[in-house]
Amino acid sequence: MAAPLTLLLVVAVTIRAALFRSSLADLIAERVEVVSPLNAWKRVVEGLALLDLGISPYSGDVFHETPLIIYLFHFLVDYAEITFMVSRKFVSSVLLESPRLCFRKQKYALEADRYPLDCLELIRSPKEMYYIPLKVAMFYLLNPFTILSCVAKSTCGLNNAVIALFILCTIKGSALLTHTLSLCLHHYPASFLFFLSFRLYIPVNIRRPSFWWYTLQYAFMYLGSLFVIICLSFFLLGTWDFLPSVYGFILSVPDLTPNIGLFWYFFAEMFEHFRLFFLCVFQINVFFYTIPLSIKLKEHPVFLIFMQLAVISIFKSYPTVGDIALYLAFLPVWSHLYRFLRNVFLVSCVLLACSALFPVLWHLWIYAGSANSNFYYAITLLFNVAQILLVSDYFYAYLRREYHLTHGLYLKRKDGSEATLVLK
Amino acid sequence: VCVCVCVCVCVCVCVCVWAVCAMCGCGRDDFQEELVIRPLHSGDIYASFQFRTVWDTDFMGGKKVSHYRLFPKSLGQVISKFSVRELHISFTQGYWRTMQWGQPFLPSPPGAELWVWFQDTVTDVDGTWKELTNVLSGIFCASLNFIDSTNTVQPSASFKPLGIGNVTDHRFLRYATLPREIVCTENLTPWKKLLPCGSKAGLAVLMKSEKLFHSSFHSQAVHIRPVCQDWQCKSTSWELRQTLNVVFDLHSSGQGKREWSLFKMFSRTLTEACPLASSSKIYIDVTDNPQGEQFELSPATPLLSQAVVLGDRRTYSVYDLTQQATFGSMRSLNMLLRWKSSDGECDMMRPLLHGERYVAGYGLQTGEIHTLMYNHHPYRAFPVLLLDTVPWYLRLYIHTLTVTSKGKDNKPSYIHYQPSKDRVRPHLLEMLVQLPPNSVTEVTVQFERALLKWTEYTPDPNHGFYVGSSVVSALVPSVVAMDTNSTQERPLFSSFFPSKEESSYFVRIYTEPLLVNLPTPDFSMPYNVICLTCTVVAVGYGSLYNLLTRTFQVEEPSPGLAKRLANIIRKMRGVPPL
Repeated sequence: MAAPLTLLLVVAVTIRAALFRSSLADLIAERVEVVSPLNAWKRVVEGLALLDLGISPYSGDVFHETPLIIYLFHFLVDYAEITFMVSRKFVSSVLLESPRLCFRKQKYALEADRYPLDCLELIRSPKEMYYIPLKVAMFYLLNPFTILSCVAKSTCGLNNAVIALFILCTIKGSALLTHTLSLCLHHYPASFLFFLSFRLYIPVNIRRPSFWWYTLQYAFMYLGSLFVIICLSFFLLGTWDFLPSVYGFILSVPDLTPNIGLFWYFFAEMFEHFRLFFLCVFQINVFFYTIPLSIKLKEHPVFLIFMQLAVISIFKSYPTVGDIALYLAFLPVWSHLYRFLRNVFLVSCVLLACSALFPVLWHLWIYAGSANSNFYYAITLLFNVAQILLVSDYFYAYLRREYHLTHGLYLKRKDGSEATLVLK
Repeated sequence: VCVCVCVCVCVCVCVCVWAVCAMCGCGRDDFQEELVIRPLHSGDIYASFQFRTVWDTDFMGGKKVSHYRLFPKSLGQVISKFSVRELHISFTQGYWRTMQWGQPFLPSPPGAELWVWFQDTVTDVDGTWKELTNVLSGIFCASLNFIDSTNTVQPSASFKPLGIGNVTDHRFLRYATLPREIVCTENLTPWKKLLPCGSKAGLAVLMKSEKLFHSSFHSQAVHIRPVCQDWQCKSTSWELRQTLNVVFDLHSSGQGKREWSLFKMFSRTLTEACPLASSSKIYIDVTDNPQGEQFELSPATPLLSQAVVLGDRRTYSVYDLTQQATFGSMRSLNMLLRWKSSDGECDMMRPLLHGERYVAGYGLQTGEIHTLMYNHHPYRAFPVLLLDTVPWYLRLYIHTLTVTSKGKDNKPSYIHYQPSKDRVRPHLLEMLVQLPPNSVTEVTVQFERALLKWTEYTPDPNHGFYVGSSVVSALVPSVVAMDTNSTQERPLFSSFFPSKEESSYFVRIYTEPLLVNLPTPDFSMPYNVICLTCTVVAVGYGSLYNLLTRTFQVEEPSPGLAKRLANIIRKMRGVPPL
């Protein structure tokens, strides 16, 4: 296992180093699909330059990173490339660990005798599971989206690293500080922090006092570490300007720079009267699925994390391909669901076609002037529909597998003919 | 007894008049008008009108000023209501070509420009500024109501007060420019109404709009400032200057013939001076024509005057309109300048400071603003102050700012940068740059173009968005000693910018405004976009809702349509179904 992993790391580092040194690096750093106003490297450099001039980076509308990023890059700005590559390797190694740990806690192998006999082919053998961490690392490191995001030096890589660390610690069973860290670096995971941690591996029994004791403890420590980090951010610049600049910016979407998400054109064409209403609707939509998903998937926490990550990446206000790469990296973990997936071909074709069309239609709109914004918007819509299809397809396959595990794989109707399974 | 009574009555009347005068606070007021005509080397002709009213009164004092004579009441009320210390407003059509025409007497940028110093008694400067712009918009029939916080800045070093006073807190200064503003007859008419004689007598009869707006450059301005009454400066009086600069083109107004007269330029001749004016003069620049070898000036005038203006000693032929003899037997004055031959022209003195600006780059995503400043002095270097106001939708990246002179990096000694806030305020960049002698200094900064909301575009969005001119202010070294004595009687055109020292004179240069295109959304699509995006969100919601709320069940197949109908009939009959 070590040798293929080392080979993989070497290949990934080589590709990134080659791209960093080439002239493509500047081109990629300007692509709107790869960077957004929230995580562009150009804006981090601008924020540091403003700090050097003696002006607060948050006094203008260019810099929207949390003050922790200023702390980090004040010293590391010359080593930016190495920092990003290291964070990538960190993410991949963390992602390696998670499935491994997750499978160690697999209960299926122990409870194999609970299932009907014909389900044995649904259960994965340890041999298959041996290669999954490597596949996960490969999916992440060699994903073109990840490579583009790393070469553009987008801080999305750092966000992904913290989220991956959070996932690892959650699976291990201890995950307090990473919650607050990921909140501070990346606004949206706040949604699933609360609901995940104490549902995870903790039997939820409302009547038991130890559950409430644990919740109280957890909430107290969470709020305490949140408070510490916010105060640290305050003491960097001595103002609370960063709160409206970072969190207010994510929530109120004033910057309508085109990206691969749904927000920009919607709010560019929104009637002023309804702007606040639709802003609230779209932001609630991101957090809306947390509770239902946690209730439905309370016994499958890893899949819950995957679903939550995917929903946030699709519906957030400034998505980039780096966010997509993180949840795509989880797909090899569910490779056993392949037989139940219904739209694989369609989804992969649409995703590939849209990824190819994004730069073409951008060029036609912005540089050639022969297309207009509707072309790029249409591809955005298609890309998001494909992502939604992918996520719901995996969810369907997962639920179906669970059904088959309890009711048997080859189902028969009352009269003995082959049954069809529908959602009712 | 009768004599005594008469004397008493007279004394009483005099006392009463004096008391009334003292009570209403009417001080001495004085009105001067002048016209300067300067032939330019390209064959065009430059005419500059200046009308100056000086009034010894105190607008800021407790008593309300109510008796207006020469000073226009609308402006007086503006000064007292908004506690204005200095007001400078200009409306310009066209761009001043410094390299072909030399330096103007009073520079102005294309469009409308307004800068105001408020008194330090004002508590809410922004609110007062907003009211002031709206009132001025009404007075001048211009759309100055478009001045709001998104194009107003507070320069920290440029635009120091031009009148007396030692308030230097820049909190009380506001500067705004509207590069898109168009100047037309509707702006000229209220401007002419502010003059004491209106457009009925004096030099103002020449201002007819059909000729004035058929020109290469037209600029009208109003400048209000407090000045010293005498050299001891124990008391101040208010000065109002109205200036109108116009450049007539050789080919479009002059029909290609190099021969200019008052009638040809303005389609009017002068018949009398303004009776309310204490001095009414016309100056013709004859420095290049000492012996009359270049052009012939008729009617001839014996009066000659010399003045040092813009670092050059110029000679002027003077026509004094207050003398009846100037108008001759025809009772009308129509000066004629006829050029003798087109060869043998001497070189115009090269302006020492010159600026240019342009946008580089391609596409609608990014761009670069280049500002070039030329120093044509052969051996002296001098510092200049560059002021740049860029609207918020062109996001400047200050870490890409480079200043190079002669190929080498030239670090500015003072940078004041205020980043923009979306939809609230623009970028403000002020720099003090040392220009090396005989060189070009290039300032470049990169920007990114923003996509605006569809309601924020103008009705013609593909025309582009204007970026106001950069302002370059400098004290340029002068070869000729400037006149620093401010009390001497000097022509108006040489006394606008006060000279503090003899070896340099103040120059303000405005660069070209920029026209920048922004990416536009499709304006016909708001309803469609809302529907389509909500559809995609609904697709996501629908799929997840189905998967979250429904469970898998084995499906009983439903029979075909015929069988179903048969079953319904059988149920009605009470017979078991098929």
